[in-house]
Amino acid sequence: MNGIEALYLPFAEFGFMRRAMAGAFALSLAAGPLGVFLILRRMSLMGDAMAHAILPGVAVGFLTAGLSITAMTIGGMVTGLVVALLAAAVSRLTPQREDASFAAFYLMSLGVGVLLISLRGGNMELIHVLFGSVLALDDAALMLVSSASSVTLLALAIIYRPLVLECLDPLFLRSESRAGPVVHAVFLMLLVLTLVSGFQVLGTLMVVGIMMLPAAAARFWAISVVGQMAIAAFGGAFSSYVGLLLSYYANVPASPAIILCAGIVYFLSVTFGLQGGLWQAARRAHARSLRLSRNRERDVLGKQ
Amino acid sequence: MKSDKNLAWQPSATRRRLLGWGGLSLGLAAMPARALTREPLPVVATFSILGDMVKEIGGERVQLTTIVGPNMDAHNYEPTPNDAKALLQAKVLVLNGLDFEPWLPRLVQASGFKGKQVLASQGVQVRRMSSEHAHEHHAHGKSEGKPGSAKEANGARGDVDPHAWQDLSNGKIYVQNITEGLSKADPRNAAYYETRANGYLTRMKTLDTEVRAAIASIPPEKRRVISSHDAFGYFGAAYGIEFIPISGLSNEAEASARDLAAIIQAAREADVGGIFIENMGNPALAQQVARETGILMGGTLYADALSPPDQPAATYLGMLSWNAGRLVYVLKQSTAAN
Repeated sequence: MNGIEALYLPFAEFGFMRRAMAGAFALSLAAGPLGVFLILRRMSLMGDAMAHAILPGVAVGFLTAGLSITAMTIGGMVTGLVVALLAAAVSRLTPQREDASFAAFYLMSLGVGVLLISLRGGNMELIHVLFGSVLALDDAALMLVSSASSVTLLALAIIYRPLVLECLDPLFLRSESRAGPVVHAVFLMLLVLTLVSGFQVLGTLMVVGIMMLPAAAARFWAISVVGQMAIAAFGGAFSSYVGLLLSYYANVPASPAIILCAGIVYFLSVTFGLQGGLWQAARRAHARSLRLSRNRERDVLGKQ
Repeated sequence: MKSDKNLAWQPSATRRRLLGWGGLSLGLAAMPARALTREPLPVVATFSILGDMVKEIGGERVQLTTIVGPNMDAHNYEPTPNDAKALLQAKVLVLNGLDFEPWLPRLVQASGFKGKQVLASQGVQVRRMSSEHAHEHHAHGKSEGKPGSAKEANGARGDVDPHAWQDLSNGKIYVQNITEGLSKADPRNAAYYETRANGYLTRMKTLDTEVRAAIASIPPEKRRVISSHDAFGYFGAAYGIEFIPISGLSNEAEASARDLAAIIQAAREADVGGIFIENMGNPALAQQVARETGILMGGTLYADALSPPDQPAATYLGMLSWNAGRLVYVLKQSTAAN
């Protein structure tokens, strides 16, 4: 096996590798852009909170229908939406910020979820069992995650302009139109849809990581929201591909490998990014001090 | 309960009800004391299989509380206050050991349990994970969201295989240890425990012979199956069936892409009779392997916990008999197909 074959042979030989890559690509395309908006809204930790918030719904789905992806996803969607919309409503109707109200509601939801699971088995292990694994995708799981991603991308395209305004200048949007709350609600629904379908199919770490890390990295390469969204989507897909190869050759679990690859991409972006990266900042600082000293020299010379 | 002896390992109505109680009470400390001349001996067993053994040996003279009930995973149990309460009132605690119950030492300490601890696996020939697998299975934390906690979960557990009860000759050692422990804690009933244990051991011997005879009908080169986690090492060694586990000793270990690829490759090259899932845990990976290799899904085996009382593997002997029957059935089908 030569170097180039090594990059595609695992995917040619094993169906589970192809499925894992297809699922991860579908997820990356929708999750990256959503992550960019979460960062704009300063709600980067929402994905993690949502992983816990959907627990009661998933548990109810599991307790009534067994290990059925559909039942657990519907349950998770319902609780996720309830939590997200209640939190958003509180932040709109009261002075409390969305992160605080979200924390309050997700913790209540988590409490209910753990309670339900304990009633059934007294066993936290169920939480682990309830969520998927990137190496275990079947047709139904692939369908679920790719349809969720398609819906998310289409809807994002439709609400794009008011959503950007809502994130950057909500007061202006409020003065111009009454679309604000609607756009906000649609955005939260898309978020819940992507997160929940991803949790069921790929596992919590995988979804939250693919949503936030490439989006955080993208900020160092592009200023425009569109640019960041494209880079985030591409970065997530790239990390998934490299992570899967790493899991295959280095014999490590797949989803942590993918997330660590995305983490390395983030580190490189922080260091070398052209929009505010460390290296660039250092170079600018150096250039500025050079310029200043040159100016001083000129001033001194001029006075003479 | 004495009449049960003749019914082999089929759960009787009484025992079913008892098992139901065990499942429900799960540490609801005390079942109401029965109308006996003496108070029954309060005993706590850590999980369903040990609970069943204690019930067989102690009969109505022990009052049993099982901490981890049917279909629940003892590897990752979280004790409840009721468990501590039951322990505090108990005179005997029956545990498997071999790091199967990592949560137990803290529970014992917290509860202030002062009775006798009976290590059921005392004297068992301990099996270690085969070296080729030992390095392959990486620990994975309880919650995927916390990678920091990942390594401690499995790493500290080492590579001792705790599933010793899957071999009936170890089961006999378990029964002897439990009988001895009960007799020491309750010498007045020693003869009673002894008689019941002897009856139980006879049934175990019969089952052992039956299982061996059934498996002998399968040609040795056909006795290879895939299981979803590494829980059948003792069973395989005792009865000559090769189990290829998808994930490690614990259900929570996440397989790497290499592990999965290696299993699929092995299955393509060698003759594998079936893929089995277990009563706990997510069957998704096993289904993935089945899809990829076209090997038959063989159904459910019971490894770490018994089934609820209305299902076939509700007792220890019932579980072994079900597992052996299932394996032989599937292997025969695949042998006939080739």
